[in-house]
Amino acid sequence: MTHFTSLHWIDYAVMLVYFAFVIGIGVVLKRYVLSSTDFFLSGRSLPAWVTGLAFISANLGAQEVIGMGASGAKYGIATSHFYWVGAIPAMVFVGIFMMPFYYGSRARSVPEYLKLRFDEKTRGFNAISFATMTVFSSGISLYAMGKLLNLLVGWSFGTSILIAAGIVLVYTFLGGLGSAIYNEVLQFFLIVFGFAPLAFLGLRDVGGWSGLQERLVSVAQGNGFGDGAYTQSWTYMGHSASNPVGVEWFGLVMGLGFVLSFGYWCTDFLVVQRAMAANSMSAARRTPLIAAVPKMLMPFIVILPGMLALVVGPAPRPPQDVAATPAVATPSPAADGRRLTAAVAPAEATLASNEGNAAVEAMVRAPRPQASVERGRGIIPPKIDPVTGEPMRDGRGRLVLDYDLATPMMLVRFFPAGLLGLGLTALLASFMSGMAGNVTAFNTVWTCDIYQSYIRPGMPDGHYLKMGRIATVGGVAISLAAAYVAASFNNIMDLLQLVFAFVNAPLFATFALGMFWKRATGHGAFIGLVSGTLAAAVHHGLTLPAGAHVGVKGGYFGVLQTFPSELAQTFWTAIIAWTTCFVVTIAVSLLTKPRTDEDMKGLVYSLTPIQKDAAEPWYRRPASLGAVVLVAAVALNIIFW
Amino acid sequence: MRLDIRWPIGLMFAVLGALLAVYGGVTLGRPGTAPTGVPVNLMWGLVMLAFGLVMLAGAKRGGRAG
Repeated sequence: MTHFTSLHWIDYAVMLVYFAFVIGIGVVLKRYVLSSTDFFLSGRSLPAWVTGLAFISANLGAQEVIGMGASGAKYGIATSHFYWVGAIPAMVFVGIFMMPFYYGSRARSVPEYLKLRFDEKTRGFNAISFATMTVFSSGISLYAMGKLLNLLVGWSFGTSILIAAGIVLVYTFLGGLGSAIYNEVLQFFLIVFGFAPLAFLGLRDVGGWSGLQERLVSVAQGNGFGDGAYTQSWTYMGHSASNPVGVEWFGLVMGLGFVLSFGYWCTDFLVVQRAMAANSMSAARRTPLIAAVPKMLMPFIVILPGMLALVVGPAPRPPQDVAATPAVATPSPAADGRRLTAAVAPAEATLASNEGNAAVEAMVRAPRPQASVERGRGIIPPKIDPVTGEPMRDGRGRLVLDYDLATPMMLVRFFPAGLLGLGLTALLASFMSGMAGNVTAFNTVWTCDIYQSYIRPGMPDGHYLKMGRIATVGGVAISLAAAYVAASFNNIMDLLQLVFAFVNAPLFATFALGMFWKRATGHGAFIGLVSGTLAAAVHHGLTLPAGAHVGVKGGYFGVLQTFPSELAQTFWTAIIAWTTCFVVTIAVSLLTKPRTDEDMKGLVYSLTPIQKDAAEPWYRRPASLGAVVLVAAVALNIIFW
Repeated sequence: MRLDIRWPIGLMFAVLGALLAVYGGVTLGRPGTAPTGVPVNLMWGLVMLAFGLVMLAGAKRGGRAG
């Protein structure tokens, strides 16, 4: 058993300082939590810049940091579409048009808004599916973290996930949403400071952006694309076969830019909850707009390292390293002996998947010429077949790369002891921030939308505060269990992605109609949601991405169509789900009796007084902030066209 | 919330920045501490320390104004 590097005392010191601060924040904030509103909505007392940074940080989980690095290596700069097309327009929309209803309706959660606007069954459907998704997604985040730390530094899977979950539990249990939000802001800065030097040092190594462009030409040509396919985001989007993403511009704009993006940013309570904790309506509306500014710049921190990992070479090794390169060695605490040494890992490490370990061994052991074949590409190792222990190959005999290791390998390659501790702490912070976001959203939806509505209504406030804390412990416990479930199933992550597409995409149609069309009824919303989800299942069951096997990837009803990539299939599944929900909701609503206008004041656009922002200086008005953000996003798209 | 969040952020970054800068200064020139030829611990430590101090100054000024 091998791992990629070992840590020095300074790396542990950096981690301990961070742990002390996150727990300290929970302890200090505990004294301010006196009611259930304090616990679930942080007493609606936070300024816009704090909720704005928490808004982006709750979304900046490990799936984002590791996953966007992986996509950067796999798809190149086109990954930026997830930001400049798939996030910014929706964030501007939620701030300007949707936040007045969420914040103004005084609902404590997104499902509660659905109850106020539609009816109990629509709320129940959303509350249950959302609560299930949050604990599973935080469990999968934990699993990914345990696996990665085991692989990188040899920590035991069980111990890593217990410590991370324990720390998240302590601060969310004590301080509720306020504590989660404060820590998210802290984590946001830590992630920026921990990863920013990576892009800088990597770019310096390859000769800047132009050097990276030159080197990626051979990668593009090797994969059968035009020269700039990895460094130009739109030029190759004319046809799905001419870019690494495997999607043409229409599928991208409709599937990602419209349905999936608006579905997530406008209806996912995990992020909306942050804005609902703001201290005024104006601050709530500015929350997503303020968040959009750092969000727009994130590709430079999270995607660039992945692209760089494709083309940088291994570190030049000092003489001491060359002398100390046995096949298996104990980790040396000396800074100069840390790079790519193989070490004996703890026995529990076998719990996590062995992917990548054999690759490291190959990198260390293999003589040079063979190593260049088995190494993968740049510093990204090949994916290892867990059964045979051999590097995996695709249908054409090419090595399959383990893209998830792109960013972690960059940390090991470029950071010395000290900064490596900071980088790993930033990675931990991203896992914990994503998990805390899920746990606080779960405890609110469980307590307010399930427990208080269906199990024990009409109890005093203190009872629900207590239940909120119990739900926090329960949420963390289920997450831990889900992490172990994830460890024993290969495909659970794919399955979860699928569930997200099934649940979030139709939900946006329900919200769009609910907020902007007063004729939409509860029966229409519920039947529309259920049909949208079913339509997603049918479309997914009849299609398959190229090269995939029938099963969790689709095709279980028979294969009618094959997509060039999984992303293309997901985008089209989302488009179908959204359209079905939209059409069915309208049809059923027209056949059923609407509620009176009086009942829907503050819940529907046409029945709510328009927000007057004239009293604010122009730079604080949501509309002008939104315009600035949109112009900047268009400029970035043009620069990297 | 009555705790200005700039206090914990400022304190944490000041402590982390000082830690990295001092470590980077002490180990300057040792093999393996600057794999890219840039003394990153020292430089980045100082940047973080400066950020921490700016946050602390903001919190102090905000506290006085409040």
